[in-house]
Amino acid sequence: METGTTKKTEEKKTAPPSPARAFFNEAGGIALFLGQTARYTFSFPFEFKEFIKQCYMIGNKSFGLVGITGAIMGVVLTIQSRPVLADFGAEAMLPKMVAVSLVREIGPVITALICAGKIGSGMGAELGSMKVTEQIEAMEVSATMPMKYLVVTRVMAATFMIPLLVIFADTLGLLGSWLGVNIKGDVNIALFFSHAFSSLEFIDLVPSIAKSFVFGWVIGLVGCYKGYNAGKGTESVGIAANSAVVLSSLLIIIVDLIAVQVTDILS
Amino acid sequence: MTSSATHTIENTQSAPDNSETVIEVKNLKISFGSQDVLKDVSFNLHKGENLVVLGKSGSGKSVLIKCLTELLRPDSGSMVVLGKTVNSMDRHELAELRKQIGFLFQSGALYDSMTVRANLEFPLTRMNRKVNKEEINERIKKVLDNVGLGHAIDKMPAELSGGMRKRIALARTIIVDPVIMLYDEPTTGLDPITSREISVLINDVQEKYNTSSIIITHDMDCAREVADRVIMLKEGQIVAEGTLEELEESEDEWIRSFFGKN
Ligand SMILES: Nc1ncnc2c1ncn2[C@@H]1O[C@H](COP(=O)(O)OP(=O)(O)OP(=O)(O)O)[C@@H](O)[C@H]1O
Ligand SMILES: [Mg+2]
Repeated sequence: METGTTKKTEEKKTAPPSPARAFFNEAGGIALFLGQTARYTFSFPFEFKEFIKQCYMIGNKSFGLVGITGAIMGVVLTIQSRPVLADFGAEAMLPKMVAVSLVREIGPVITALICAGKIGSGMGAELGSMKVTEQIEAMEVSATMPMKYLVVTRVMAATFMIPLLVIFADTLGLLGSWLGVNIKGDVNIALFFSHAFSSLEFIDLVPSIAKSFVFGWVIGLVGCYKGYNAGKGTESVGIAANSAVVLSSLLIIIVDLIAVQVTDILS
Repeated sequence: MTSSATHTIENTQSAPDNSETVIEVKNLKISFGSQDVLKDVSFNLHKGENLVVLGKSGSGKSVLIKCLTELLRPDSGSMVVLGKTVNSMDRHELAELRKQIGFLFQSGALYDSMTVRANLEFPLTRMNRKVNKEEINERIKKVLDNVGLGHAIDKMPAELSGGMRKRIALARTIIVDPVIMLYDEPTTGLDPITSREISVLINDVQEKYNTSSIIITHDMDCAREVADRVIMLKEGQIVAEGTLEELEESEDEWIRSFFGKN
């Protein structure tokens, strides 16, 4: 470039943006994406077939992993809590304590983090590679709105499926806990569950399911955002998948923190 | 504008009606960052005409046809396609216009997660939700025969060779009988025999449906076979326009070098 002014703009373009600027760019990008998603969610017709397909894929992909993790968490939690409770002579509290911590906190958060890794990265990679290989543009010229067909369906599917997976993980976690209790004594499964459920109140279940919906929505939205805005070239597919996991995991923790505060105030 | 989406006309094979313009581009300008890709591009596409676009790699040919379908938004200039002004339509008008345009992507852009059959079905069912199963199957069979890949119908794109993928992409583009075809390097990466078959197919589509096409290519044999008229892009501008024979006779050194003459 010959002139000073053009040179300056060139430099600006190539220099990496400052952290603050990058943050606001990202936040703005997500907000815009969110707005568009919302707009297309409520515009007719809904892509029902694709939505069902995505729900099936999410469930099918992660129920095994989520189930195993849930069960193991149940066992571990039980075995680790027992000595502490025994010190206070409160071993009988074991089912109650495990049930409350599983349902309130561990079930939703662990499930969401696993799904961020499994589903969020999958969405980032899939949409990213579709973007890089012009498949999204091909859809657009086939009179299909990619935002509607690809993004809305995935965000909705994640929002609906994560709570189901959380309930599944909670259930297996309680079963695991029953196994854990049985290691050191013989407890009837019916008795165990009646004990566990007697401690669970409505106030435990509702916030936990409510925040699971938000977790699912965050996973879907971030995965699609990262994939849909992937750069050019194949390496951006990997970047999209990776940053989808990082950002959605972080947001899940933040949402959890807020949820705890809100529940605390309300109860 | 005779832009009915269904063509049953077999008798319109007469000479192209040059009076009618289907695409009119005026002073198109687009840049990415500090890079001016198209500086001032104006041209027309007439009904039933095959217009070949030549230009070096990176001269903005793909960008040009993406602007025509609103996949990219130009900085300035006006484009009228089938009587509609591009970038001033609402969502439904744009969808209607896109149904009449076939777009062959340079990379093929086959949907990786779908079989060949599903790939071909996609534009059919998306653009016209009323087609029945039999008609879909019939059309799929026909276009696959056209590109010589009837046996690949249940394969996934990843299982196909590069040339096969290109041909499936071509089949997916012509399956909806578009009024305008935009081919981005239809014969790149194909052997000479298949390339010739594709060129013949492009002419067939043109004759049968009186389709108007823009064909981007580096393949001079293909250009010779299909071109009614040629424009040449250089440094974001159209530097030459005419029939292929006229351009080959040109005095300009750059143009001559393009045809392998010095
Ligand atoms: N989305 C985009 N963002 C930034 N730059 C782009 C984008 N698309 C194209 N370009 C730039 O525009 C220029 C022209 O690209 P284009 O793909 O139109 O070239 P082409 O003439 O089709 O070349 P080829 O014959 O190799 O396909 C290139 O320098 C490319 O880097
Ligand atoms: Mg190109």
